[in-house]
Amino acid sequence: MTATDEKPLRTTPLNALHRRLGARMVPFAGYDMPLQYRQGIIAEHLHARTHAVLFDVSHMGQATLRGDEAAEALESLVVADLAGMLVGTVRYTLFTNDRGGIIDDLMVVHGGYYLTIVVNASRKDIDFAHVAEHVGQRCAFEIGHDRALLALQGPAAASVLAELAPVSRHMLFMTAETLKIGGIACGVTRSGYTGEDGFEISVAAEDAEGLAGLLLEDSRVIMAGLGARDSLRLEAGLCLYGQDIDEATTPVEAGLAWTIGKRRRETGGFPGDEIILRQIAEGPSRRRVGIRLDGKVPARAGAEITDRRWTIGTVTSGGYGPSVGGPVAMGYVDADYGAAGTEVDVIVRGKPQPGRIVKLPFVPHRYVKLTS
Amino acid sequence: MANLRFTREHEWIRIDGDVGTVGITDYAQQQLGDVVFVELPEIGKAVKAGGEAAVVESVKAASEVYSPASGEVVEVNEVLQDEPAKVNGDAMGGGWFFRIRIADAGELDKLMEQGAYKDYVAGLS
Repeated sequence: MTATDEKPLRTTPLNALHRRLGARMVPFAGYDMPLQYRQGIIAEHLHARTHAVLFDVSHMGQATLRGDEAAEALESLVVADLAGMLVGTVRYTLFTNDRGGIIDDLMVVHGGYYLTIVVNASRKDIDFAHVAEHVGQRCAFEIGHDRALLALQGPAAASVLAELAPVSRHMLFMTAETLKIGGIACGVTRSGYTGEDGFEISVAAEDAEGLAGLLLEDSRVIMAGLGARDSLRLEAGLCLYGQDIDEATTPVEAGLAWTIGKRRRETGGFPGDEIILRQIAEGPSRRRVGIRLDGKVPARAGAEITDRRWTIGTVTSGGYGPSVGGPVAMGYVDADYGAAGTEVDVIVRGKPQPGRIVKLPFVPHRYVKLTS
Repeated sequence: MANLRFTREHEWIRIDGDVGTVGITDYAQQQLGDVVFVELPEIGKAVKAGGEAAVVESVKAASEVYSPASGEVVEVNEVLQDEPAKVNGDAMGGGWFFRIRIADAGELDKLMEQGAYKDYVAGLS
């Protein structure tokens, strides 16, 4: 092992807790983060699908935009219909660039007189500079340096949280509330990035360990690390910024055109709008797909995808899916080959591994919506 | 055990006459985490000391397994095809990878004995 980064790693408010619980710590986006705890990635992953797990995602960036023009201003940088959002709702959206590429994916919470955004750790410096530069004059933009973020995910998450904050039981997927959890003031959204029901909880840094302790007192909850977070989101068909989406990938290619609000499709007004709206009309030349391999060999990011003769694309995320019980991958292929059922090979260490294009997600989402 | 040797890359070889059984150490399996696939060499393959002989895939990543000694592969642990987690559960025993006919017993002198390996691992953390 060689030291690659000389910069000291930043820590989250839960660093001491991770170490006490025997986490294997790794550098991630400049932070000292838990990859896994003693039980291991597979056990943590399966626990999230059957019970509930708690993730420390305090490395992610949190910021607030205040002022009458906040929604309108932020809308000039993202594809969602923010002006049409109801107070107390949450949107998943994208910062785009002038070429139609994705600067980052983020959550926007509508708090009434303010908006809160949550962005990727690896992109927060870029995102926050981008927001400050373009809309900082139109609203009060404040970075939440002193906030922690916890994600409680899994089918038991709702009943676990309801014991500490009964009102949370009535929240629907992608809604937000300000709640006291065991007396601790929290900003709670019913959301997550595992495909399971769950909550993301923003809390003052000094209260984070107390909150984690309360949630972990419930025997149904264990901590889970970045390893399980990655395998859960991959099975759920969700994109990881820097792997599955980046500044050279458009929302249409990524299968994220659903994030572009109806009004925004008609009127544009976001960076790269002409390119993106043309792609919606004409279809992209490549698209993100899921690939289920027939054998047991995991295919990793960077592996070549062929139609068993010619190269048609590249894997962007891949590995073992603990709930699927075998290798799963996501990648980009020429749009002509994007149909579910198309037979492909993925080249791993020089050998073709047979598989086929499948519809995402690999594991059905279990979000709590009114209609489902 | 006198006939057990270790590499700096965390493989072990158990020597029995001119045949060596090769696996990865308990430290290695702990570092890798859950093993989900093992790619074993073909029987008859000539391997070199320090040369790539197998691949072990954890949930997170693929890692190479190097042969501690030169020789010809004479047997592989087929059990790992269906039960790769044996590498986690019994790294020093049932989780062995392959057996080689050792070409040059002199190479084994360069490997660590158990005590030296223990000290080596203690110095890593």
